[in-house]
Amino acid sequence: MTLLSVENLSVTLNTMGGPARAVRDMTFTLERGETLGLVGESGCGKSMTALALMGLLPETARASGAVRLEGENLLEYSEAAMCRVRGNRIAMVFQEPMTSLNPLHTVGHQIGEALSLHRKLGRGEAQKEALRLLEVVGIPDAGKRLGNYPHQLSGGQRQRVMIAMALSCGPDLLIADEPTTALDVTIQKQILDLIRNLVNDLGMAMILISHDLGVIAQSVDRVHVMYGGGTVESGPTAAIFEHLSHPYTQGLFAAMPKLGQRAKRKDGAKRQRLNTIPGVVPELADLPAGCTFAERCGLVTDECRAAPPPLTSVAPPAGNASSGNASAGIAPARIVEDHFAACVHLDEARARLNSA
Amino acid sequence: MSLFLVKRFITFLATLFGATILTFLALEILPGDPALVILGVDAPDSAVEALRLEMGLDRPAIERYFDWISGLLQGRFGTSYTYSVSVLELLEARLGITIPLALMAMVLSVVMALSLGLYAASQHNKRGDVTVMGVSQLGISVPNFWLALLLILLFAVHLRWFSAGGFPGWENGVWPAFKALILPSIALATVQGAILARFTRSAILETMREDYVRTARAKGLTRRATLWKHVLRNALIPVVTIMGLQFANLLAGTIVVENVFALPGVGRLILQSISQRDVVVVRDLVVLLAAMVVIVNFFVDLLYAVIDPRLKAHDI
Repeated sequence: MTLLSVENLSVTLNTMGGPARAVRDMTFTLERGETLGLVGESGCGKSMTALALMGLLPETARASGAVRLEGENLLEYSEAAMCRVRGNRIAMVFQEPMTSLNPLHTVGHQIGEALSLHRKLGRGEAQKEALRLLEVVGIPDAGKRLGNYPHQLSGGQRQRVMIAMALSCGPDLLIADEPTTALDVTIQKQILDLIRNLVNDLGMAMILISHDLGVIAQSVDRVHVMYGGGTVESGPTAAIFEHLSHPYTQGLFAAMPKLGQRAKRKDGAKRQRLNTIPGVVPELADLPAGCTFAERCGLVTDECRAAPPPLTSVAPPAGNASSGNASAGIAPARIVEDHFAACVHLDEARARLNSA
Repeated sequence: MSLFLVKRFITFLATLFGATILTFLALEILPGDPALVILGVDAPDSAVEALRLEMGLDRPAIERYFDWISGLLQGRFGTSYTYSVSVLELLEARLGITIPLALMAMVLSVVMALSLGLYAASQHNKRGDVTVMGVSQLGISVPNFWLALLLILLFAVHLRWFSAGGFPGWENGVWPAFKALILPSIALATVQGAILARFTRSAILETMREDYVRTARAKGLTRRATLWKHVLRNALIPVVTIMGLQFANLLAGTIVVENVFALPGVGRLILQSISQRDVVVVRDLVVLLAAMVVIVNFFVDLLYAVIDPRLKAHDI
C-alpha cells in the first residue's frame, strides 16, 4: 500500500487581510524508501505543507483535501490520535537547531521523551536507547553528551540531536524542513549525508524541504517545485534538472550562483551578475485568479491571467530533443512520463532556455 | 558559583550602604525637632535644649551618621526615644507578625498567579482568559486598604468567620494567630497576585511560540503535556524576576495593612515611629527592610540557577 498519499491538500490561513491560501491543491504520493523534495522561495507554502502533514498548523489555519497515511486520512484524525502519529510514524526535523531544543532539559531527556511516550520505555531503557541513537547520528563521546544541555553543543551537534530525536521511534516518514539552512557550509554536507544515509539504511520515506536547489539535487528522488502555495513543476529530480520547463523553475535555477563565473572575469570577460527573478512573491491573501507566477513571468499572456494553468505532462519535444541538450555529457532526453509542469507556454519557455 | 556569591554580596553591601545614606538624609530634611516632639510644644526652651544635647542632636550630621553606622556594624541598635528600649527589643515580637504575614501573602500571591496565569494562557482569547484578565485588572486597581476594609466587612462583620483585627500572639496557640493573619494576607496578596498572574500569562503565551515547543508537539506530546513539561518551567524565569522585585511592594503593603487590621507588626511600628519622630527606630527599621528586600532578591537569583542550567555554566 502507498505509504503517503496527499490529495488536493489545501491550507487556508485566516489573516487580517482575509483568508490566505497558503497551500493550494498539493497532490503527491510517496512510497517507503522514496524521497521527495519540496523546493521554492520563502512563503511558497512548503513549510505549511509539512505542518499540515504533521497536524501542527497554526490555530487560524484550516486544511482540506486528504493526507492518507497507509490509506487513513490524517486530516480526519482526532487530536489524541494525531499525537500517536507524531513522533511515532511521522517525525520532523526543523530548521533552527539553536532554538528547536528546550534549553532547560538535557539532551538525553529530550531524546528519551518520545521513546517513553510511544514505546513506553522506562527511564533507564529510554536513556540507553538515546545513547545508541546519539552514536547512530555520529556524536562523539555520546555517553557524556547524554547529560549535556543544548547550550553546551554546537549547531551541527544540535541538529544531530534533532535527527536522533526524530529517528527515535523508527518513523515511516521523516520530514526535514530546511535541516541545513542554519548551519555552516562545512557542516551542511555532513548533516545532509547523515540524513541521506539514515533514510537509506532505515528504509524510511523522506520529504526534504529546501530553497536550495543544490541540496535538493543531491538528496531526493523526486521534486515538487512550489510557487504561490501550489506545485508548478514536478517530476524525477534528474528529469527536472535536465529539462527545466516551468519559467519559475528556470528562474530559480538561473538565480543559483555557479562556480567559474569569477574565472571568466579574470580572463577579461565582463563579470556576470547573479540572475534574479524580477518582482516579489504575491500576497497569499491576494493571489491572482490565473497563474500565480504571471506577474513575474516574461512569457505572460492574457491566457495565463485568465485561469490557473493545469499540470500537464512535459513530453520532451520530439523535434528539438537532440538540440535541446545544450549541456554536454547528458544523454539524449529520456521520455519521462511523470514530469509535469503547470504552464501554458511550455514550448516557448523551453525554446527560450535553449537559445539562452 | 563562588564568584557569583561574592558579586551578589558586594551588591548587597552597596545597596544597604545606599539605603542608610538615603534614610539618614530623609530624616535630616524632615521638619520637626525630635526633642520638641518628645517634650511637647509647651516645654521650656531650656529643657528642649538640654534634651537635644542629651540626644546628641547638636553634633554635626556626619558625625551622627558614622556613630549610627558603626553601631549597626557592631550589632548595636539604637534606643527608641518613645519606648526607651532597644530597637532590637521592639522588633522581637513584631517580626513574629510581619514575617509570617509577608510569607503567607507571598505564597498566596504565587499560587494565585500561577493557577490564574496558566488557566488564562491555556484559554487564550477564549472566555476564561478574558474573565481572568478582567478580574486581575480589578485586583490591580483596588487599593489594598480598601480591599482590607471590604474583607473585614464581609468576613468579620457579616459572616463573623474572622475577627476584624488585632493579634492574639503566637504564645496563645498557632491556629488563632494564623487565623488573625489570613484576612490581612489576602488583602496584601491580591494586588501582587493579580500583577503576577498577568505576567505569568504573557510569559506562558510567549514561551508557547518558541521553536522547542513545536518540537515537543512534533514528538507527539499533547498540548497539556507540552504546557507542563516544556512551557511552564521556561516561562517561570521572567515570573520569578518580577516576584523578587515585587517583594519590596509587599513589605510596603504591610505598613498599610497592619494598620487597617491593628496588627502590632513592624509596619505599624514604622508608621508610629515616623509620626512620633522616633528617628532612631525609623532609620534602623528602614535599613532592616532594605536588607530583607535585598536578601529575597538574592534568593531569587539562586532560584534562576536552579531553573535554568545555562546560568550554572556561565554567569554564576
